[in-house]
Amino acid sequence: MGMTSQADLSAEIAAIESDYRSSGHDETQPRLDYPPYRSSLLRHPTKALQLADPETIERWAPCFGERDVSPLEADLTIQHVGEPIGERTVVTGRVVDGDGRPVRRQLVEIWQANAGGRYMHQRDQHPAPLDPAFTGVGRCLTDDDGTYRFTTIKPGPYPWKHHHNAWRPAHIHFSLFGTDFTQRMITQMYFPGDPLFALDPIYQSITDARARERLVATYDHDVTTHEWATGYRWDIVLTGSHRTPHEDDLGDDH
Amino acid sequence: MPHLTATPGQTIGPFYGYALPFEADADLVPPGRPDAVRLHGVVTDGAGAPVPDALLEVWQADADGSVPQSPGSLRRDGWTFTGWGRCATDDAGGYSFTTVRPGATEAGAAPFFLITVFARGLTNRLFTRAYLPHDQTALDDDRLLAGVPAERRSTLVAVAEPTGYRFDVRLQGADETVFLTYPGH
Ligand SMILES: [Fe+3]
Repeated sequence: MGMTSQADLSAEIAAIESDYRSSGHDETQPRLDYPPYRSSLLRHPTKALQLADPETIERWAPCFGERDVSPLEADLTIQHVGEPIGERTVVTGRVVDGDGRPVRRQLVEIWQANAGGRYMHQRDQHPAPLDPAFTGVGRCLTDDDGTYRFTTIKPGPYPWKHHHNAWRPAHIHFSLFGTDFTQRMITQMYFPGDPLFALDPIYQSITDARARERLVATYDHDVTTHEWATGYRWDIVLTGSHRTPHEDDLGDDH
Repeated sequence: MPHLTATPGQTIGPFYGYALPFEADADLVPPGRPDAVRLHGVVTDGAGAPVPDALLEVWQADADGSVPQSPGSLRRDGWTFTGWGRCATDDAGGYSFTTVRPGATEAGAAPFFLITVFARGLTNRLFTRAYLPHDQTALDDDRLLAGVPAERRSTLVAVAEPTGYRFDVRLQGADETVFLTYPGH
């Protein structure tokens, strides 16, 4: 399996997308069963997901506060002595629910490779240099408008042993909570115009092109700062909230 | 009807291990507490092999059925019950939480742990419920369980043990765990 060529894998990806286009269906999330991503073969449920009516605990989410997260954790460039190598960049955006309401004071976690495409993780064997000034882990709480903001280094693309000459497009992993636990999600944010998009079975596990583009940040010169950092904007929409306004009122009492 | 389309999920990938775990992440209560119970199990794939790179989260009511809304999960003080925890599987696919038995959130409701599963190779998160096995009447009356084929219901019910509960997660296969989706997903 390690020696599948990129051309063969790309043909598998293209065949699935072509079938999807002619199906007339609308998919907005990745397929759990996506054979071009080989690691999914034995790890996807084969039976249909059971539709559940969210019960009380599912209509609430854990609370995080100042005691959980220091404001310094939103700046990944100041965690060590010295400046990390690479393009300093600010990534910011809003977390909203399906009705467009801001997800306030909620936890956002990120992790990423360094500028050379290497993770500060023991299992990462890519022979690119580690950067002693960059760990690549950040946390923050959204503000009252649902806005998060991280200062970091633009991650590099990296090779993985999935198939021959396999490379992941540069990305930042994001972990998100909503107001309901049913909104819990983990995803990856990408940078615009990456030439590796078409080749990547993880990105392409979302068969719908418009849905895939929802994972791509936008370069925003208003986020870029004079002589300091480039800026990208990426807004996140969680699945709709199931909590009634009455329950929200109860929440304000806490 | 939601007006906005949700952002797609993606796999957690293999490298979250230095980012997402935190100290006492799986200890919702300190292990020595008299009412502490263990919720543990093994995550396996379609070949029955352990999944050593999964991450599970639990979210649950307090023992009295109330919904925890106190901050402090990431920096536990040992006294505040926040209701949420996280556990990366070990090399044998095992996970283990130390927590309390969730109470019924409404009279007669069957209490459960809500479990979320992330893993390399899993393109999006999975949700499931681990029901407490004690109250058969509440289980018989549960709406979700009633809608699940009888032969698969047991995959949603934890097994009582002297120290707590065992709940295995089978991502695929004949005895595959029932995973959930919610309106709007
Ligand atoms: Fe990655």
